[in-house]
Amino acid sequence: MTAEIAEPASRVELPAGVGGGGEIPTFDVHMRVRRYNPEVSGEATWDDFHLTMYGTDRVLDALHKVKWEMDGTLSFRRSCAHGVCGSDAMRINGRNRLACKTLLKDLDTSKPITVEPIKGLPVEKDLIVDMEPFFQSYREVMPFLINKGHEPTRERLQSAEDRERFDDTTKCILCAACTSSCPVFWTDGQYFGPAAIVNAHRFIFDSRDDAGDMRLEILNDKEGVWRCRTTFNCTEACPRGIQVTQAIAEVKQAILARKV
Amino acid sequence: MQVHKYDVVIVGAGGAGMRAAIESGQRARTAVLTKLYPTRSHTGAAQGGMCAALANVEEDNWEWHTFDTVKGGDYLVDQDAAEVMAKEAIDAVLDLEKMGLPFNRTPEGRIDQRRFGGHTRDHGKAPVRRACYAADRTGHMILQTLYQNCVKHNVEFYNEYYVLDLLTVEEDAVRADGTPYKQKRVAGVVSYDLASGELHVFQAKSVVFASGGAGKVFKTTSNAHTLTGDGMGIAFRRGIPLEDMEFFQFHPTGLAGLGILLSEAARGEGAILRNSEGERFMERYAPTIKDLAPRDIVARSMANEVREGRGCGPNKDYVLLDLTHLEPAHIDAKLPDITEFARTYLGVEPYTEPVPVFPTAHYAMGGIPTNITTEVLQDNDTVIPGLYAAGEVACVSVHGSNRLGTNSLLDINVFGKRAGIAAAEYAKTAQFVELPENPLGYTTDLLDIARNGTGDEKVAQIRKELQDTMDANMQVFRTADTLNQVLRDIASFEERYKHINVQDKGKRFNLDLLEAVELGFLLELAKVMTVAALHREESRGGHFREDFPERDDEKFMKHSMAYKDDHAPADGSAESIAGIRLATKPVVFTRYEPMVRKY
Repeated sequence: MTAEIAEPASRVELPAGVGGGGEIPTFDVHMRVRRYNPEVSGEATWDDFHLTMYGTDRVLDALHKVKWEMDGTLSFRRSCAHGVCGSDAMRINGRNRLACKTLLKDLDTSKPITVEPIKGLPVEKDLIVDMEPFFQSYREVMPFLINKGHEPTRERLQSAEDRERFDDTTKCILCAACTSSCPVFWTDGQYFGPAAIVNAHRFIFDSRDDAGDMRLEILNDKEGVWRCRTTFNCTEACPRGIQVTQAIAEVKQAILARKV
Repeated sequence: MQVHKYDVVIVGAGGAGMRAAIESGQRARTAVLTKLYPTRSHTGAAQGGMCAALANVEEDNWEWHTFDTVKGGDYLVDQDAAEVMAKEAIDAVLDLEKMGLPFNRTPEGRIDQRRFGGHTRDHGKAPVRRACYAADRTGHMILQTLYQNCVKHNVEFYNEYYVLDLLTVEEDAVRADGTPYKQKRVAGVVSYDLASGELHVFQAKSVVFASGGAGKVFKTTSNAHTLTGDGMGIAFRRGIPLEDMEFFQFHPTGLAGLGILLSEAARGEGAILRNSEGERFMERYAPTIKDLAPRDIVARSMANEVREGRGCGPNKDYVLLDLTHLEPAHIDAKLPDITEFARTYLGVEPYTEPVPVFPTAHYAMGGIPTNITTEVLQDNDTVIPGLYAAGEVACVSVHGSNRLGTNSLLDINVFGKRAGIAAAEYAKTAQFVELPENPLGYTTDLLDIARNGTGDEKVAQIRKELQDTMDANMQVFRTADTLNQVLRDIASFEERYKHINVQDKGKRFNLDLLEAVELGFLLELAKVMTVAALHREESRGGHFREDFPERDDEKFMKHSMAYKDDHAPADGSAESIAGIRLATKPVVFTRYEPMVRKY
């Protein structure tokens, strides 16, 4: 639905100071980064770096500054650098976030900023973890549209309301911030984890999909949704703002409703 | 030496690679090698939409789409390819919907469509609603949907396998007219496993390059850190030409100072650009479609406003994207992500304040030359059997000298699908080509030189200086002087590159080494782009020469082809600049004669 918009004015009076202004302030930060390289030592250690950064810089910029100017061996994944690819989920000051979406100025720079790999997945080197167990859980929920009907010649119809029903869970970028913030996932290596449930939700509530029952059966497993203890860590961790705990609750309700 | 054998090897797991894999994987034994986990690919950062003349919301047809694409590319588009893309666009969108892509819907439940720059009704009469979309995260939905379908079809991925070499052999052959030539044939690729530091040979009957672009030659860019032109660089080093590399797209609306993309969909939904005087300046540059003119025109207009002193901010170095006349609910429904970028990274509230923007390096129109079946060309007339390319790494050419918004998501789907089918069908009847002697030799040397260097040059410093000179001299406005400056700078960077010091000497996830190799590709490609730009003494699409401000069809209505040639003399003549030989390729015309490009 595209609303018609009135033609905007050819010229407007701009308010003073529009777009911000002045010099970007600089400040000093103390980064404490968890280091681990099994080629060198079996022990993980902390390394400290003192940097001067700008007000618009992100944690990723600080890590790059370390890698590019001080210690080239520091290893971490990153790609898009603006919160859409999901490469750089890390534990920053004890909370899971994307390094490229966390501005240094929003952290308490009077204290050291700690950066660690996300928890619950095997550490490979420094901030890099083995993502395979995470993607294994994802694959198990059949994260793809299954439609048993005839293939239409044109698109399948779907009302805007039906489309809206699963909008929130389509936003997932598979960064693992949620799953690796979950205390159940830390202690129980078998739990599917929030991200897999989010991706199941995305199809269970899609009116075009016919395999909801199969997915609900998978998630009704002892390592499925019932492990969730609603600690809300996942919802707080999600860099896309997905209401993860609510999505898990909706899957739980769907399983119960199906049994009635 | 670890050798794997597959019918088809696909290099890259973005939109083009995964679309190819879905087709190829169902027909032949296929492996996808990717530097990143597939869902990290930069297709996911695309925002606004994917055009197809579905005519769901107003009259439209594929012929109008073809015309817009040809005119948008300033007539350097191969018209047969544009026709294929515009025709197959409709099925490409419907395929994605059937795979599960959650498009926004019309009140009738059909796929909704919106306006986008350069896409018009009836050959330029007015903007048309052609872009199919999912809010402002269409690329994310395409990448996720294709990955989901790869999971469904059990596509075999080798994640974090960085391809560093293409293995080819040359055979004596004779053309129809009796002239002898060397026919290249593809034998496979060499890949570096980031986790272990081991090299792997993948022998394959067909190889598909789908490894994306090279935006990191510039400083201000919408591109990911990982977009370092590896595929183009590998092909070029192996004697395959690169086509139209002087044409690079600068997207008008990057967040000022950062380059993070704000979709053209913002203007499609009604946002407009203003200068420091509050003026909607696009009314002067493109009176008919104004802010929805193609990207090259809007980017140049913005840069011109800044040059003439009508920029905003303390340094007067950006203009403003104004959404304040749009309803907040409309913004939330249609543009949620980009407005969040403005809040997160600039602290600007787009409901009430205009957003600082400036052009950002966005897309390589040029690349590895292919025909419309995605077969790679070793010269104007000769395909390399078994070698394919699709997506930003390739040049079909559907984008000519300036790509229209949304046509990249379309390109990867249409030509990715074609590449997957063609590669698998070829592999069904072809034999493996025997691997060349010592297949790891080249790659081992490449890595050893980078790893064992004892100099004191830092990779990041050279890269930064390269990006600085490219931004200063090879951006929206170019002259012979600025381009020659870039070439002098690159010559000194190449010298310094021989003395780099890679600190990380380990095997495990040695990303320090990876960045050194990537810089090698960036230097090579920046040079090709600049040499081609210097040679093209005219202005066309994304390439604007202030010393030659007019389009010159008589001399330059042709594609440029750059070949690596270490024997090309550095005598300063336009055709031969240190190690690069330039040639041309005719443009394919079918139904549109070149006209003056006005909007």
